[in-house]
Amino acid sequence: MAERLEIPAQQWRRVSPRYILVDVVGALVFTVVVVGAFGAVAALSDTGWIWYLAAVAGVVMIIVIAFIPRRVRSIGYQLRDDDLLFRRGLLFQRFVSVPYGRMQLVDINRGPVSRALGLSDLRFVTAAASSGVSIPGLPLAEAEQLRDRLVELAESRRAGL
Amino acid sequence: MTQLAPGTRLADGEWHRLHPATPLLRGGFALLAVIGVVVSNLRERLVNMFLGGRGLQEGDPVDFIVNGGLLPLVLAIVLVVLLLFVGLFYVSWRMHTFRITDEIVEVRSGVLFRTNRKGRLDRIQGVNIVRPVFARLFGAARLEIDVAGHDANVRLDYLSSSNADALRLDILRMASGLRRREAAAGGVVPGGAVAASTGPAGLAAPVPGTAIDGAAAPGSGGGSFLEDRLNEFLAPELDPRLAPPESVVTLHLGRLLGSIVLHDTTLVFAVILIGVIVESSLTGHLFIAFTFIPFLFGLGSFIVRRFTRSLRYSIAATPDGVRVGFGLLTLSNETLPPGRIHSVQIRQPILWRLPGWWEIRVNRASKSAAKGADGQRNTTILPVGNLDEVLRVLGLLLPGLSDADAALQLRAGITGSGEAAGFTVSPPRARVVRWFSRRRNGWAFGPAAILLRRGAIWRSLTVVPEPRVQSVALRQGPLYRRLSLAHLDVHTVTGPIRAELGALDAADATRLFTELSDAVVTTIANDATHRWRSGEVPA
Repeated sequence: MAERLEIPAQQWRRVSPRYILVDVVGALVFTVVVVGAFGAVAALSDTGWIWYLAAVAGVVMIIVIAFIPRRVRSIGYQLRDDDLLFRRGLLFQRFVSVPYGRMQLVDINRGPVSRALGLSDLRFVTAAASSGVSIPGLPLAEAEQLRDRLVELAESRRAGL
Repeated sequence: MTQLAPGTRLADGEWHRLHPATPLLRGGFALLAVIGVVVSNLRERLVNMFLGGRGLQEGDPVDFIVNGGLLPLVLAIVLVVLLLFVGLFYVSWRMHTFRITDEIVEVRSGVLFRTNRKGRLDRIQGVNIVRPVFARLFGAARLEIDVAGHDANVRLDYLSSSNADALRLDILRMASGLRRREAAAGGVVPGGAVAASTGPAGLAAPVPGTAIDGAAAPGSGGGSFLEDRLNEFLAPELDPRLAPPESVVTLHLGRLLGSIVLHDTTLVFAVILIGVIVESSLTGHLFIAFTFIPFLFGLGSFIVRRFTRSLRYSIAATPDGVRVGFGLLTLSNETLPPGRIHSVQIRQPILWRLPGWWEIRVNRASKSAAKGADGQRNTTILPVGNLDEVLRVLGLLLPGLSDADAALQLRAGITGSGEAAGFTVSPPRARVVRWFSRRRNGWAFGPAAILLRRGAIWRSLTVVPEPRVQSVALRQGPLYRRLSLAHLDVHTVTGPIRAELGALDAADATRLFTELSDAVVTTIANDATHRWRSGEVPA
């Protein structure tokens, strides 16, 4: 019964496996901050049960980190004839289809860890705030190439709002 | 051509100035108020001066001035300051110019800090004319051209009242692409076409930089200034010549009052009120009643907003879009060109079910347009109406949905349930997440639109025209995966409506996702609403 969603499509293009490292580093930093904060409160207030909270947070984050490789592998996109199809998510799956003509702008962002690994994030912005198409972990050259391709496609299929 | 464009010469691509009363209307009242305050503070002094009263304090500045023989000097200073103000206002009025060409509308203003704002005509989301009470005394009106984006409106305040209406017609006509075609077909330059189409004589002279003489602009009767003003105040909110009467939907006062009484907000308020009364009579603590006061303010502002926004309300079809007008003292009316409605929602607060009333809201690309009466956002298109009126207004908003088949489908979408009229509803196993509305929760493809039907208790129908869809998303979380269900989002520009539908069969939803994204791509390619009349043959 419990089937995963699948869109009949050709080949999904995946993001760089190096992005796993970026995500793991981010999650680790977050874990250190959260567990550290709980720990500090527990140590200062000398109440035992807050230590349990810190432990629970730590365990949850370890599970999250364990799933990062699969989650990153679930991110995919493909340039179809008239629209960009994007997917991500493991537990919470999400597919988005954006017609090229709807593009308002394309952003390329690079965080510190991403930059160290030569990766960048590409964001496809439409007039709707909720579209939320953001393809992380693309090698810079590929991201720039994809950006130029998307702009070109959007030009040829220009549409009103 | 003359009947087509009974416009003014304001839209001829040259620079023009605003109504001469503009400085007074925009900031002059503040100056008058300051003078008023000064005079009222000096009242005692004046009375004393003329009646020769006594008992003034020592060191009074006025005494000092009078006794020291400084009076002429002070009067001169006051006069200079006044002249300076008047001069500044005059210069700022001289510097505030606008022009409207085939492509853009542009406004320049400011003396020291110059600002320049340009809007593209094919991105116009609506044109708004507001007539505040004071401005109406001078026969002036404010024209606002909304362009897509946050706070991206081009304001022309103030124009003479009759010019404002004509100018709006011109702007919309230019934006529609009609004039461009005329020009292209006749081999006439656009400026020439405008000049040839000038309507009543006596409007602004075509010389660049000439003031629009608002006071001299003839009204409908061609009478004196006073007569014009009086006629304007007594005239109906909607000029009957503007729209075919059968397309006009108005709002009756009784229904407006009823809709406020039966609204969900009032219901919540009543429940809280009963709770407070019971609580304080049981415990004898009156202070609980005081906590109620904030709610009272909230309800008051809700009622006032709703009321003023809906008084003398009318909605009508004009050739260049839907015209929504309202207001008792401060009149406001807005024309929405075709294809500017990004989604429409018909919904029903629970108690409105008794009289069978509905409300229509829309998502639009402009945000500030927005400020209708009392700063309320213009996203409610029909505050309250019965089913027939709702269908009529829907036909105006989305012309593709005005035929009989579509009306049948819309009826099914608004009140129906089950699979009738092409709707696909949630499967029986979705009962876990849609207790009562399982058979209503569904979608249907209308003519170039997707219909999303939701809710059995709070019923609503969301219609998104396919050419306006920005993107489509399909989602599934762990609970939905166990039930083999999925969630579909249709993304449009931000607004009060979220077009989404949960608890759909996973296979159905996947099919819907594929079909809808294909349909959107096709309709976008064929969409020409940004130049909505460019295909028309000029009369």
